[in-house]
Amino acid sequence: MKKLEIIIKPEKLEDLKALLDENQVNGLNIVNIMGYGNQKGIVQKYRGAEYRVDLLPKVKVETVVSNSVAEILIDKIVNEINTGNFGDGKIFVMEVQDAVRIRTGEHGKEAL
Amino acid sequence: MDFSIWFLIGAALVFFMQCGFAMVEAGFTRAKNSGNIIMKNLMDFCLGTVAFFLIGYNLLLGEDKAGILGWGLHPITDFANTDWSGFVFNLVFCATTATIVSGAAAERTRFIAYCIYSVVISAVIYPIEAHWIWGGGWLSQLGFVDFAGSCAIHMVGGVSGLIAAIVLGPRIGKYDENGKSRPILGHNIVIGALGVFVLWFGWYGFNGAAATDITQLAQIFATTTVAPAVATCTTMIFTWIKNGKPDVSMSLNGALAGLVGITAGCSNVDCVGAFFIGLVAGILVVVVVLLLENVLKIDDPVGAVAVHGACGIWGTFAVGLFDYNDGLFYGGGLHQLGIQCIGILAVLLWTVVTVGLLFFILHKTIGVRASLQEEIEGLDATEHGLESAYPDFQAVNYKY
Repeated sequence: MKKLEIIIKPEKLEDLKALLDENQVNGLNIVNIMGYGNQKGIVQKYRGAEYRVDLLPKVKVETVVSNSVAEILIDKIVNEINTGNFGDGKIFVMEVQDAVRIRTGEHGKEAL
Repeated sequence: MDFSIWFLIGAALVFFMQCGFAMVEAGFTRAKNSGNIIMKNLMDFCLGTVAFFLIGYNLLLGEDKAGILGWGLHPITDFANTDWSGFVFNLVFCATTATIVSGAAAERTRFIAYCIYSVVISAVIYPIEAHWIWGGGWLSQLGFVDFAGSCAIHMVGGVSGLIAAIVLGPRIGKYDENGKSRPILGHNIVIGALGVFVLWFGWYGFNGAAATDITQLAQIFATTTVAPAVATCTTMIFTWIKNGKPDVSMSLNGALAGLVGITAGCSNVDCVGAFFIGLVAGILVVVVVLLLENVLKIDDPVGAVAVHGACGIWGTFAVGLFDYNDGLFYGGGLHQLGIQCIGILAVLLWTVVTVGLLFFILHKTIGVRASLQEEIEGLDATEHGLESAYPDFQAVNYKY
């Protein structure tokens, strides 16, 4: 099982959700986050004085899927969610040790 | 037509400006201090009312003594024979002066010091200079013109704010180790804008309440619209050119700058005069904000000194230029202009000495500035025990 942490621009959330639903994702969780990447944020002005904005709003979508689904999803996200601009985001892939369904107590892939 | 009821409606509109000030100041400062800003605005009116009732009213409107102050009225003991119309009207103007300072002093002032300041300015400092201008005192005898208070209220409030800001020092983190200013963003520009619109609305009462016939009132409404509108356009264009983009919060300040500028001459200038008064105010406010912030390193979180102090002086001076009977540009020569200057200097001196002394004494006795830790944590929590003015936006645990 793999956990995908998908960090995207907030305006791409609906596209990503549609993509995940089409590809048999069992569930997901969404977090509003802020951050920056290699561009280190942007510079803005307030009453004539400059300041750096490095708390840029992003959305993180986490989902746990089987290894095969993970590969398919990653390819699809890279193809369909990218805009070609800086700030499109990242996907981090982690190995999941176990999953448990609280309602029934099942473990492993059946719990997804 | 009997205008006495309009007089009181105007007073109610001026009272409503307290809402405007509260919203502007809250919107232009940080959320962690919002409850404190609300308290300062609420209490400077309420404490001011008590102070004005007990002493200030008498000093302002009592029988003139040597042109300096008034005395001899009995609002406490003689309810039936007191001019309550005059009491309320002058009280709400007094409260406007007091509340200007809370913006310049925002986010770092010990609440008790602010309360004491509110009492003193409403009891003594404002009533005496207002007596000179409106209560039968020496400035009114000289022919000084300040119809609604560019000098009596706004200059005094703005200069008091300047003194407070200097004594307090800048907010922590406002200037970096090289002395370069760091923006501290207002937490709610929408609330700030609400405040500006409320102030503008109330200003029709502020400028118009003392009108005695409908023609005069209509003219005041006209100048009170043209000046701020032109000022706002000017500020917008000026910041657009200077910074590359039209600045929202500065433009909001621009509207107020125009309103302050027209206040002295609202009944004595035509709309051409109002146009130019607004135009200059719109530029002056930006210049003074930048002067204070970048050159003098005086931290004024909401631009109160630029809006009220600088444009109050400009508005009072401008009467000498644009008064359609006596102004320099209307054939009146330098006479009125000279009188305006005397008034500005006299009231300025009075304000600097009395308010300077007041803040100096407070600074040396109980202290005016919150501690470093209190300021960082936020005055809501440290001065008022209020964890947040917006508790639902952070984790609050409710048990069910």
